Amino acid sequence: MTVALEMRGITKVFPGVVALDNVNFTVRKGEIHALCGENGAGKSTLMKVLSGVYPVGTYKGQILIDGVERHFHDIRDAEAAGIAIIYQELALARNLSVAENLFLGHELKRFGIVNKEKMHKESERWLREVGLNVDPRELTGNLGIGKQQLVEIAKALAKNAKILILDEPTAALTEQEVGILMGILRELKQRGVTCIYISHKLNEVLAIADTITVLRDGQTVGTYPVSEVDEGKIISLMVGRELKERFPRIEASPGDVMLRVRNYTVMSPDQPGKAVIRDVSFEVRKGEIFGIGGLMGAGRTELVMSLFGAYPGESRGEVEIEGRPVRIRSVGDAIRAGMGLVSEDRKKYGLVLGMNVKSNVSMASLQAFAWRGVIDHNRETAGGLQAIHTLRIKANSPETIVGTLSGGNQQKVVIGKWLTTRPKILFLDEPTRGIDVGAKFEIYNIINQLVRDGVAVVIVSSEMPELIGMCHRIMVLSEGRKTAEFPASEATQERIMKAATGGMEA
Amino acid sequence: MNTESQTAPARTETGTWTGTFARLFRFDARAYSMIGAVVLIWTFFSLMHERFLTPTNLSNLFLQMSVTSILAIGMVLVIVAGQIDLSVGSLVGLTGGIAAVLNVWYDWDPVSVVLVTIALGSLIGLMQGWIVAYLAVPAFIVTLGGMLMFRGILLGTTKSVTVAPLDPSLKAIGQDYLPEFLGWIAGAVGVIGTAVIVLGSRWRRKRYGFKVAPLSISVLRIALIGAFILGAVWVLNSYKGFPIPFIIVIVLALLFTFISRNTVFGRQIYAIGGNPEAARLSGIPIRRRILMVFVLCNTLAAIAGIVLTARVNAATMSAGTMYELDAIAACVIGGTSLMGGTGTVTGAILGALIMVSLDNGMSIMNMESFWQYIVKGAILILAVYMDISSRRRKKAA
Ligand SMILES: Nc1ncnc2c1ncn2[C@@H]1O[C@H](COP(=O)(O)OP(=O)(O)OP(=O)(O)O)[C@@H](O)[C@H]1O
Ligand SMILES: [Mg+2]
Repeated sequence: MTVALEMRGITKVFPGVVALDNVNFTVRKGEIHALCGENGAGKSTLMKVLSGVYPVGTYKGQILIDGVERHFHDIRDAEAAGIAIIYQELALARNLSVAENLFLGHELKRFGIVNKEKMHKESERWLREVGLNVDPRELTGNLGIGKQQLVEIAKALAKNAKILILDEPTAALTEQEVGILMGILRELKQRGVTCIYISHKLNEVLAIADTITVLRDGQTVGTYPVSEVDEGKIISLMVGRELKERFPRIEASPGDVMLRVRNYTVMSPDQPGKAVIRDVSFEVRKGEIFGIGGLMGAGRTELVMSLFGAYPGESRGEVEIEGRPVRIRSVGDAIRAGMGLVSEDRKKYGLVLGMNVKSNVSMASLQAFAWRGVIDHNRETAGGLQAIHTLRIKANSPETIVGTLSGGNQQKVVIGKWLTTRPKILFLDEPTRGIDVGAKFEIYNIINQLVRDGVAVVIVSSEMPELIGMCHRIMVLSEGRKTAEFPASEATQERIMKAATGGMEA
Repeated sequence: MNTESQTAPARTETGTWTGTFARLFRFDARAYSMIGAVVLIWTFFSLMHERFLTPTNLSNLFLQMSVTSILAIGMVLVIVAGQIDLSVGSLVGLTGGIAAVLNVWYDWDPVSVVLVTIALGSLIGLMQGWIVAYLAVPAFIVTLGGMLMFRGILLGTTKSVTVAPLDPSLKAIGQDYLPEFLGWIAGAVGVIGTAVIVLGSRWRRKRYGFKVAPLSISVLRIALIGAFILGAVWVLNSYKGFPIPFIIVIVLALLFTFISRNTVFGRQIYAIGGNPEAARLSGIPIRRRILMVFVLCNTLAAIAGIVLTARVNAATMSAGTMYELDAIAACVIGGTSLMGGTGTVTGAILGALIMVSLDNGMSIMNMESFWQYIVKGAILILAVYMDISSRRRKKAA
């Protein structure tokens, strides 16, 4: 096979950080080439160099497409050369229709006027291609994250890309959607499209990729045919050491009931009369990890957001903390009652991207860093440093702007924010999304430490191995109802799946 | 803000000339370019006209910038919180008018006049803020309505006549100067205050075990800032001393810099403007904070109204017209983003200084007033363009 793309000696420096250090990267035509590495290894940065986000001159090194050196001054140059990128962070305009997003910047026109008719027709074709059954006129913001991701992919396809870059496309997808995506990628490969695929889900990588390149600390570790590696090998290449176990499970030492929820119902904020959570009861004890499983859209996020006082829809039912009934009307109430919530969408709900690490870390517990309303900046810096150390956040200093951190490290900052509040009950909604295996392991260890300290932890996760591997008890929701609850010792993926698709258990 | 509070050595900043400079003053690059702009403008006008750089004119300039500066200080908070307030110009007119009416028509004593007027500003802020925060009407609309209503109320109360002249002691707020010796005392307090703050923060950092700049740098910083303060006192004293309105600006600027940088309230305002959803999920009471921001902004507008009325020794029906735009422009030139989340009080004051310097310089040169509008408009657009392009460059760097 011929070489489709060669990146030679790429070096990219940000103020205070060498993100890429003389990286070489070669991709053959028509293959699916996976790019692996820890959070902050430089994967996204390398792809941004390739796709013209960082224009020629802001990095050192050469880019050769089909053996010819190219200089990209912006994204359009790269697109013209057949390179399309789907970013790690969704980049769709939420207030435009699906069709408008698909053709953003390439609107189909007749006599200079946007031809809506044709755009809708074309859109339908591309949406079918990615197995997405939505009206092209639908507002993009109304779709779930998973569907938006598929729209992104359709958008890239519509540009007739020769080289398609997917930066963690499946982080927010359901198993079913992942399956669809895998199918699409295989089909594209048949058509001769070259794919570069970034993911922290190594099982996916092994299933779909032909070749794997591993980056570590901004340097190329090596490129391997997929037949020569397995998960353990990739992990050790990524982190530079072996990782024996994936889940550092500790046994529960359950104490008193910390959180008791009875007959809890949450109404939809925009559809009157519709309940997104119906009659759910459960309890979580001190020193216990309670898992909530289910498919996307089952109401898991709505449940924890509502308990946390952050969901706009009305709620009914009883909530008790340490045996005392509580009425939580706002997030402030929840925090005062000892709750914390790491939300699933860090960019939207978790972080102020323009602020630095320490301000984000202290944001939910600012009073603790202040005396009579005046912030002690030194104490705050110390708090930021502590988060950086305990979570091993890859940031230069507590003053680093959060928006410049890699995706996984941003997630760690959100977790740091809630650890800083010293919660009694911590809700973690998809806590390890977009986080590398090494960092996942660290986060699991932190969760375990919390549990040892008597915190009640609630994990919402779509990754069943994570639920089974870490939790002590698992509850499964399906369409807003509780369909099962069992101890982790009795949990299997099949059993969770069955309950998640609506199979009631006794 | 605190560029040196880093554990890892600040790689990009040490060693270079700008690095030393930055450590001396802890300003961001933005503040430098603004100070550069002021120097450039002042140099230009002093070359064009020998009268520009005289104590008389500088004193005059600081007097001129006082109303815009007071408004800009409040406006920064509003814009940082992701809101806007178009009503402050009319509010200056209304509160100034009420103050004059109470004083001239009803013979109220100056202290009551000032207190009641300021309270009126706060009350109006409470109303506007409440409608924005709790009834969720966009600030643009609420304050646009306020702008019309306040002007109307002013016309109604004053029956469209000019209310003058004021009681001398009320007039003093706008027209008096600090006596020479008090000016020196204020200067000395400023120098000592600087020393206490610089050395105090150095000491506290050390106690936390953080890296601190060498003592020589701190001393040099105190010396430079001290020299600047005393120089300003000297220049102003060689005319008539510190204009009272300028003193008010300095006090308010210090107070609000402190609020925005060092208080929980200030920090939460930045968080709300930066990402309201994340702020809400961090337990920040968004509505209460936004309400408070409007209260502060409109209270400052009332203070500006009193200063303006006192300065011209009369309340006119058109007083304060379009001042809201000057205030917004000062903020924006000073690096405040209309998207919310970024902006500083210092920047806004420097922005006001740039605009007033242009005004003042052009009128000294006897340029016709239409030029002032054109030049100011162009500067506004240029400033924002430079800001955006430098930000873009930084992102790709
Ligand atoms: N705009 C920027 N300014 C400063 N530093 C940056 C910027 N973008 C990335 N970096 C830094 O470059 C390094 C590489 O980041 P990059 O986003 O490429 O990591 P990644 O491999 O994609 O990680 P993840 O798996 O977490 O997405 C990180 O240390 C990051 O903090
Ligand atoms: Mg990335």
